[in-house]
Amino acid sequence: MSPMTVAMSCVAALLAVAVLAVAIAPRPGASKAVYGASLIASSIAGALALIHLAGGTPATVTLPLGLPWLGAHFRLDALAALFLFVVNLGAASASLYAFGYGAHEPAPGRVLPFFPAFLAGMNLVVLADDAFTFLLCWEFMSLVSWALVMAHHRVEANVRAGYVYLVMASFGTLALLLAFGLLAGPDGTYAFADLRGGVRTPLVNTLVLTLVLIGAGSKAGLVPLHVWLPLAHPAAPSHVSALMSGVMTKVAVYGFVRVAFDLLGGTDWWQSMIVLFIGGITAVLGVLYALMQHDLKRLLAYHTVENIGIIYIGLGLALAFQANGMNAAAALALTAALFHVFNHSLFKSLLFFGAGAVLTATGQRDMERLGGLIGRMPYTSFAFLVGCVAISALPPLNGFASEWLTFQAILQSPDLPQWGLKFMVPAVGGLLALSAALAAACFVKAFGITFLGRPRSEAAGAAAEVDRFSLAAMFGLAGLCLLAGILPGIVIDALAPVTDLLVGERMPAQTDIAWLSIVPIAEARSSYNGLLVFVFVAFSASFAAYIIHRFASHAVRRAPAWDCGFPAPGAPIQYRAQYTAGSFAQPIRRVFGTLVFHARERVEMPPPGDLGPARLHVELRDLVWDALYSPLAGIVNASAERLNHFQFLTIRRYLGLVFLVLVGLLLVLAIWI
Amino acid sequence: MDLIGALLTQGLQMALVLVAAPLLTGFVRKVKARLQRRRGPSILQPYRDLFRLLRKEVVLADNASWLFRVTPYLIFAVTWVAAALVPTFASGLMFSWTADLIAIIALLGSARFFLALAGLDVGTSFGGIGSSREVMIASLAEPAMLLIVFTLALVAGSTQLSTVAEFMASPEVGLRVSVGLAMIALIMVAIAENGRIPVDNPATHLELTMVHEAMVLEYSGRHLAMIELAGSMKLLLYLSLLACLFLPWGLAAADMGLGGHAVGLASYLGKLGGGAIALAVFEMVVAKMRVFRVSEFLSAALMLGLLATLLLFLSRSL
Repeated sequence: MSPMTVAMSCVAALLAVAVLAVAIAPRPGASKAVYGASLIASSIAGALALIHLAGGTPATVTLPLGLPWLGAHFRLDALAALFLFVVNLGAASASLYAFGYGAHEPAPGRVLPFFPAFLAGMNLVVLADDAFTFLLCWEFMSLVSWALVMAHHRVEANVRAGYVYLVMASFGTLALLLAFGLLAGPDGTYAFADLRGGVRTPLVNTLVLTLVLIGAGSKAGLVPLHVWLPLAHPAAPSHVSALMSGVMTKVAVYGFVRVAFDLLGGTDWWQSMIVLFIGGITAVLGVLYALMQHDLKRLLAYHTVENIGIIYIGLGLALAFQANGMNAAAALALTAALFHVFNHSLFKSLLFFGAGAVLTATGQRDMERLGGLIGRMPYTSFAFLVGCVAISALPPLNGFASEWLTFQAILQSPDLPQWGLKFMVPAVGGLLALSAALAAACFVKAFGITFLGRPRSEAAGAAAEVDRFSLAAMFGLAGLCLLAGILPGIVIDALAPVTDLLVGERMPAQTDIAWLSIVPIAEARSSYNGLLVFVFVAFSASFAAYIIHRFASHAVRRAPAWDCGFPAPGAPIQYRAQYTAGSFAQPIRRVFGTLVFHARERVEMPPPGDLGPARLHVELRDLVWDALYSPLAGIVNASAERLNHFQFLTIRRYLGLVFLVLVGLLLVLAIWI
Repeated sequence: MDLIGALLTQGLQMALVLVAAPLLTGFVRKVKARLQRRRGPSILQPYRDLFRLLRKEVVLADNASWLFRVTPYLIFAVTWVAAALVPTFASGLMFSWTADLIAIIALLGSARFFLALAGLDVGTSFGGIGSSREVMIASLAEPAMLLIVFTLALVAGSTQLSTVAEFMASPEVGLRVSVGLAMIALIMVAIAENGRIPVDNPATHLELTMVHEAMVLEYSGRHLAMIELAGSMKLLLYLSLLACLFLPWGLAAADMGLGGHAVGLASYLGKLGGGAIALAVFEMVVAKMRVFRVSEFLSAALMLGLLATLLLFLSRSL
């Protein structure tokens, strides 16, 4: 069978499962059947993508669907194969996780049919090879994920999240629609193969890039289009949150890469500056927002914004290098970005699975009511810890490898001739360094407050470990995080066909370098060996532990911690007197918050002699929302108010209006032509 | 023969940082004591402290988790590996290609990550206050450090520490504004990273002012010994880094014979001694600043680093 037949059969199977799920959802075994089928289909598609990435020629298929004169084109090239792999790896692990997690779903009928459909939608977007099919699948993916966000529609916050998401998703699709319309031009050739060779004016190119940046960026979560993301991602069931944050944002990145690199064939240098600037701002604002959260899933969602920023920094650098003909450096930057795409899909899915496990075990997402879970959920907490270390870009795990490559790409950029880029790139490098350091702070908080310390609520004190399927999914991803971190050369080589396709150059082959080091340019310039760092650290730690336990004391005594004069152990007040998520972030809030959030703190002290509690009020404002969305919403509401009386006209007036519009249109036509 | 020599240098270097680190701490304390007109403890006192701690039993809080017990060894190992990758007396380290300067910074970041987690593990307020202040300081110190690395990498055309050190020792460097700015920034970062006055006071146990000491307050016995040793090694690492980057004279290259290495060792010990005296004098003449002034101090380092990098983007010769 040709690869396209297999891929399309997997998608068809997923859609069939979706339809079937409508019928069988109420039955007791339905959840296992649906997730099992999804697991099989996405594993096959993922394996296919991997094989194709290792060495396949582009395969195409045209189905007689869609526009009659066009048909639906699908194509599997190196870029599509990479993202197909990322999508299906995430999909397979989410299905495995849901095999156990799905049993806790109160309303399976609202999740089961949409889950496989969502997977199918993401697969189709990546495979689509004409503008019409791409947009159709994109909108399908958006709407199905909206349905999943609304799965628990009785929670009021979810309704708002769903509304904001729907508006932003429609807006994004509109921008993409206009972008493809401009790309196709007046001839209306929509197949990607025709768009690639098209001759366009610089103005059209700029408009297309702007529109794609808006359309794909709003789905990916670029600041200032990110506002829906931290509302919608946490609202869905956790395995869907993992898919939306870890995978769907990558499909959005795919859309941008496909248009900017493949269809447009690169940009001007000043356009790459815009991408770089937005990427840098997104990275820092995303992590600062994340640090201020105390809802675990929302913290993770905000953190996705940061990682998307890092990916766009890599893409922006690649565009800048490409515009100046420095294709080797462009390949390095693009590899860094795509490596981070892969990495983020791994650890963000892992972390959302962990948050879902915590939610199952305690019923809590609020970190202020969690704590001490490391004793009660040892396996979950270990996997979550691996994810935290990986996302904080600490060696020897995978997050560090991709950020290291991004830094190496930044160090290539003094050769760029334009002054604008000479100023922009070091500033963006500083922002990237800042966001990496803040990410570590953010995940010390996420892990420390949720899993360490003592339980802050009864539910957290009574938590129990989750089922083995969920654990298997988490440990599988944690293992991949470690593997990609200590053997980054293999991933880099796997990305080579993609960079070859997009910028016409590939990084030097890494897997045949001695000791499996990675050497982006030359060994005298830089090299990194995750495997040896891992071995050295593991060896030194074991060595130290062995020597000490052999030759020094190994006596241990357990004793109560000194409680600073608070009541005796066991009293609940003691547990509430710990450091909280809010107090942990307070120093950083003081340093960055006044500028970024207009943070204001107010202390209410009771008068002397009064035994009432003192209160600390913290007010944070989302400046993006205040400056951009609130006025926009105000204008929309005001104009809706004005237009409202059109609803209550008599039939004669309606007919009159229709007539007037008709005359107006005819007039326009008469004058124009 | 080359291989044996390189292995020997690497092994000697690893042993040297391990053995010399407590001595350095003791020496700094001694100099400070003399400056305060005290006699002060012997410079061997840190060794005695370590051995005493190793012999004592560990007292763990009832709810301390496995993470709390693993962290000291992890921090020790990570710091040791990082310190072993910084050239001390010879630049031809066998494994210098394993991790470049960015990776060394990130390794120290890993150590801090786990120490901050350990501070939160028991759930006492001291651990929390220490961890939260430590990550605030790190969130500014780390980007400043990375910008310094950018500067050095752009000057030397490499992020490999050995290559950078060799370049800095060569006459090509000349006088550069950017390197000067990077040096000032690196000294500021080193003070903050090692918790020295004016950022943190290593001798304090007053809750309002503790940062590092508050994080490790629950540790005892051999665990505390590991953490103290890692702390000493970190100080040594930063002094070695400053020495090999900005005072690279005498650093033995890989092809030098025994004599060259002996000169390298002597000059390295001299530089360490000088650095320790400078640190002690500096700590004597400045007062500790409030915690929220630290952010301004480190922002200044960050801006210096950014300025140095920008200058190099504008012209390679600055």
